[in-house]
Amino acid sequence: MNEQEMIDLINNALAEEFELEPDDMTAEANLYEDLGLDSLDAVDMVVVLEQAFGFKIREDQAVREIRTLGDIYRFVAGKLQDQAEN
Amino acid sequence: MAVNRVVITGVGAVSPYGIGADRLLAELFAGSSAVRNYPELATIGGMHSFVAARVPDIEQDARKIPRKHRRSMSGQSIYALLACREALAAAGLGEEICGSGRLGLAIGSTLGSVQTSEDFFRDFFKDQSLERMKSTTFFRLMNHSAASNVAQSLGVTGRVLAPAAACATGCLAVGLGYEQIAAGRTEMVLCGGSDEFHPLTIGTFDVMNAASREFNQQPEKTPRPFDRDRDGIVCGEGAGILLLESFDSARARGATVIAEIGGFATSSDPGSIANPDGSAMAACMGAALNDAGLDPSEIGYVNAHATATVQGDIAESEAIRELFGCDIAVSSLKGHMGHTMAASGSLELIATVGMLREKRLIPTLNLEHVDTACAPLNYLQDVAPAPEARAMMKNSFALGGVNSSIVIKEMEI
Repeated sequence: MNEQEMIDLINNALAEEFELEPDDMTAEANLYEDLGLDSLDAVDMVVVLEQAFGFKIREDQAVREIRTLGDIYRFVAGKLQDQAEN
Repeated sequence: MAVNRVVITGVGAVSPYGIGADRLLAELFAGSSAVRNYPELATIGGMHSFVAARVPDIEQDARKIPRKHRRSMSGQSIYALLACREALAAAGLGEEICGSGRLGLAIGSTLGSVQTSEDFFRDFFKDQSLERMKSTTFFRLMNHSAASNVAQSLGVTGRVLAPAAACATGCLAVGLGYEQIAAGRTEMVLCGGSDEFHPLTIGTFDVMNAASREFNQQPEKTPRPFDRDRDGIVCGEGAGILLLESFDSARARGATVIAEIGGFATSSDPGSIANPDGSAMAACMGAALNDAGLDPSEIGYVNAHATATVQGDIAESEAIRELFGCDIAVSSLKGHMGHTMAASGSLELIATVGMLREKRLIPTLNLEHVDTACAPLNYLQDVAPAPEARAMMKNSFALGGVNSSIVIKEMEI
């Protein structure tokens, strides 16, 4: 999976779950202030990403630092990198 | 004893006919059946009843509910919200009234969303894992899910109650709304019942041999309240909501009063959790009449609970005769739209209010030959004029032994 495929997978999964407009989904978009998500959505975002990529991240401290879509891309890329190396 | 007079100033309905109280009334007067065959029911092991009265597709209206609110809603919350909005609009009220503290809710369902339970446990039992559970699952499962979701969506800051008494829920909710306003606890209450369809509901009656199974290929012929060939309940879904208001509040804002709540009673039948008892029903109806301060002769029509079970119809007919005699006009609306469960009391009350206003009565659909085991009454088989009817009674009797009756009457200035 290349980077663009990863981004597309993330965006499609989040757009479907949270009914987001694709045009709003820039790397800089803040999940809460720009895309309108809240604390319940943050819980469900973990489930959506876990199902999309098959990893477990709920107890991962770094998840709680995510604020933008770009943060998600970097976080997921790191997890995939870790998986590849292990 | 009521301190304040309580009036109905708005109604809203999501029924097996679709959205709208006007549509509900028009279809009932037209004698339309909302019962359909659902082939998927035939794929369920042990199920014998394949008919139901489902709410038609309302996806377009549901999608207009903001996701922030919709995400914690199952069907019964959506039905309740749409019906509440209609009732508010019909009463000439904007949604800002909901945040005034002057308005409360009394909205109940038989259960929290059974479909949500099924979806959750179907996934959970794969590996006994909670890792895939969404944050909003619980908010669909709560016993007061419909009431809470409506309160969140409309911004209700007054009291929120969620009575549950299976088939009597809608009637009970209206009764609680009435009592709160009568006692001066609040000025307005959006009240009624809401339920969503699930095969479990039909199955519950089917295992007790109380669900209709002989008309699966002729769904419009069932259920058949009071008919000699009746063979049980047909389950439906929907929401019926009434905006109750103190007379003083309605008068102060110049609202149009649709009807007045004359009285209400609820009482328990501890004889059996499943089998109805006519004398307990009669006691409940008598208590409602007493609350209304009316003589039986002043009631022009009884909207029966009558679900088309053998025992229930006979027991209710005997109770009605005991109280009102043999000439009282009676019908059940279950023949049209099945048993909408928690919604039935309030949906059918909305229809009864419509009859009171139109001065004509809706007959029992599919009543062709009155069962001679039922007590002799004036069973309506055609639309009947009722120019003299100034007060009417609505009955709802529930599994679990909870009985309820409401009296409505024309507004007396």
